[in-house]
Amino acid sequence: MSVTVNAEGSRGDSMLLSTEQMAQFAARGFLRLDGVIPDDVNQAFLTQVGHAPEDEIDSVATHYRKVMRTSAVPRVPAGTPLAEAYASGTPLRSLVDLPQIRGAIESLVGPRSVFDHHFLHITFPPRFYLRQDQVPKAQHWHQDSTIDPRRAFDIQLMYFPHEVTPEMGGTRFLPGSHLRIVSEAAISRYQNIRGQQHVACPAGSLLIMHHGIWHGGGRNESERLRYMFKIRLAPTVRQERLWDTSDLPEPPHGQRAIFWTGGRDDDASIAAILTRPEPWFEADTMRLEYINRARFWRHLTGDATFDADYWLTRIENEPP
Amino acid sequence: MTRQQVLLLYLGHSALDAPVIAWSFWDGTGAAESMAGDTEEPPYASGLAAIRDGWRLFQVSPLLPHASGDEFRTGYLKYEFLFEKLIDVRDGQC
Repeated sequence: MSVTVNAEGSRGDSMLLSTEQMAQFAARGFLRLDGVIPDDVNQAFLTQVGHAPEDEIDSVATHYRKVMRTSAVPRVPAGTPLAEAYASGTPLRSLVDLPQIRGAIESLVGPRSVFDHHFLHITFPPRFYLRQDQVPKAQHWHQDSTIDPRRAFDIQLMYFPHEVTPEMGGTRFLPGSHLRIVSEAAISRYQNIRGQQHVACPAGSLLIMHHGIWHGGGRNESERLRYMFKIRLAPTVRQERLWDTSDLPEPPHGQRAIFWTGGRDDDASIAAILTRPEPWFEADTMRLEYINRARFWRHLTGDATFDADYWLTRIENEPP
Repeated sequence: MTRQQVLLLYLGHSALDAPVIAWSFWDGTGAAESMAGDTEEPPYASGLAAIRDGWRLFQVSPLLPHASGDEFRTGYLKYEFLFEKLIDVRDGQC
């Protein structure tokens, strides 16, 4: 297929996100693309990373060492342009070149994003731990990297190359946690949070997360190894209007009725998406989340007049 | 001989009868294992329900003033209530 590259570095066949998808990402911090990666790519990936039948694996440590040493996953220096990170013809290049995935990447971190790091997470069945008198446990809640108060954001692609059943302990994550500023594993004290989700998905699925999403690996209670490959990408341009903005409402923005709504609060407007609560939101900080989402949307759109349900207008109103 | 069981409840606001939004449990008797993501429903509907079931409340997160310029920053869960039970353990058994 012949593909052209425009002046911004974007390829013509990228399927950019819609405004509604961007608003959902701004509010909840993730997008889920189930079963979008073809099976030949999934199979090639599993073969190249060195997947072996479970009964041929001695231990967690030896298998990880073997995979680290022999797999075809390249060692890519941090800061490498994504376009140069994976060689042509490899499953990972095929993955990031899929028009739907490339469109999502370009919509979120721009057409010339750079590679931060990648890692193959392997979660082993209980018997691998029990034979060494260890208790298999889920990974604690954490936020990746370190305290990160930026408004700019990185994304993390979580690639599930095979079907993940509920027993396999797919990645646990907390929708709407991405704007909370915490310090990595400092949140490990929490075990369960209302609204937490556990990834169960068909082969070839991708979870795209804002870098701030709270998450952790689940305990694999199946008999099969679980693989998840994570790629972190960073922007090189201001993340403003990078998606398909043809349906983006322009100012002046009208405000809808608030609190006394006549029972009509189920519309699909940007304001409605940005003020939809998560089950774990506290009564008062829920309002701070709405404020932070509205500020995030202003950043994404470059539109300082935007507001959702008057949360910003009210606290910015200081007549001279 | 006693061992401590610890229950952490995170509530929706600062009153003890607020709904539980997050929870953790650690068992010093060794009878139960717990871990992240192991339950979808909280053990109690509120902090008040926990003390009515015999849990002793021993710590509550303070209400701190909001630092100027940082009023809208969110971070850790705000309303943390720590409870304990002391369990009799005889001959290593609970």
